[in-house]
Amino acid sequence: MIRVSIMGAAGYLGGELLRLLLGHPGTSIAQAVSTRFPGRRVDSVHPNLRGQTDLVFTAPDDLERCDVLLTATPHRATMKLLPEVRDRAETVIDLSGDFRSPDPEVYERYYGVPHAAPELLGEFVPGIPELFRAELAGAGLISVPGCAATAAILALRPLSGLIGPDVQIDARTGSSGAGARAGDTNLHAERSGAMRVFAPVRHRHEAEVARLTGLNARMTATGVEAVRGVQVVCHATGTSDERTLRRAYRDHYGTEPFVRIVAHRTGAHRLPDPKLLSGSNYCDVGFAVDGDRITAIAALDNLVKGGAGAAVQCLNIRAGEPETLGLGFPGLHPV
Amino acid sequence: MTLTCPECEGPVLLTEPVRLSEVAQCADCSSELEVVGLDPVTLDLAPEIEEDWGE
Repeated sequence: MIRVSIMGAAGYLGGELLRLLLGHPGTSIAQAVSTRFPGRRVDSVHPNLRGQTDLVFTAPDDLERCDVLLTATPHRATMKLLPEVRDRAETVIDLSGDFRSPDPEVYERYYGVPHAAPELLGEFVPGIPELFRAELAGAGLISVPGCAATAAILALRPLSGLIGPDVQIDARTGSSGAGARAGDTNLHAERSGAMRVFAPVRHRHEAEVARLTGLNARMTATGVEAVRGVQVVCHATGTSDERTLRRAYRDHYGTEPFVRIVAHRTGAHRLPDPKLLSGSNYCDVGFAVDGDRITAIAALDNLVKGGAGAAVQCLNIRAGEPETLGLGFPGLHPV
Repeated sequence: MTLTCPECEGPVLLTEPVRLSEVAQCADCSSELEVVGLDPVTLDLAPEIEEDWGE
């Protein structure tokens, strides 16, 4: 059994890590760490886990050594925390935004503060198995990309060489991406029914997309009427036809366990829709072409393939386990 | 028997024996396909079902 501890276990990503790992046959949860709820039962914060575990939250100072440490702690705080806990586990998988770019100047541009641990930035392997499977197998430090970044990277990566360098990404996201803490902008009265363009330019995930696709990526982001889910619609130009594009996607994802090509001609669900992916680790990718306009689309559950599921997939690869272990849930329909 | 979708080049599974005018659906692009020949077995896009409003 791989002994796994989770820091930030009371947040939404922490809850999803707990849900996935409690159903994982190769892991045991050593500690669920929370700054807010030490001593309280885990299922008092994550009620979907009632009957699944008797775990109680642990205070950060009581973190013990484990095999794998998952940090689902807030941006800006994680870069100060991680150097202190790095030696508690052979492998640390970080789900925050603090170690996604190897360049401290890029971090400061998108997160607004200087990086507190720039010496660690270059040591992280991006937690995208579809691009970095071999590197993840031996990684000591792994950084799971942002949810919209993962979707855009998986949508665009097969189009390398087939589209021009400039791409505009329109991302839509559910409210759970804003985290589990209350705030004025998260009030039901403010959020319900809204389509809030919260990042009209320079969404922070665009730097990750640009780095891992080599494209001039520009991203806008809109909060929509959903709890879970991310969808990206990527607008590019090129001269390829539909068959060439489909072949490119097949070449990249034909054997991938968690990426499905969804570009259908009939039916009610012809292109990727995050609604069908709630709770699952799939990322659906699709495309459309009209003359020189190429549109790539991807959808995923921001808390699973966009976070906790990707982390567990990376954990499986790092531990030499089957990559799909504990990640078999296919989503719900109807939902 | 596995054939190639004439629309997207994806694999299309047909259960033998294959019959003329049999309709299959491509799992990759969801196109409805019709068996239009048996020797060799040939697929083409199935004609879309048109609404009949009794006019």
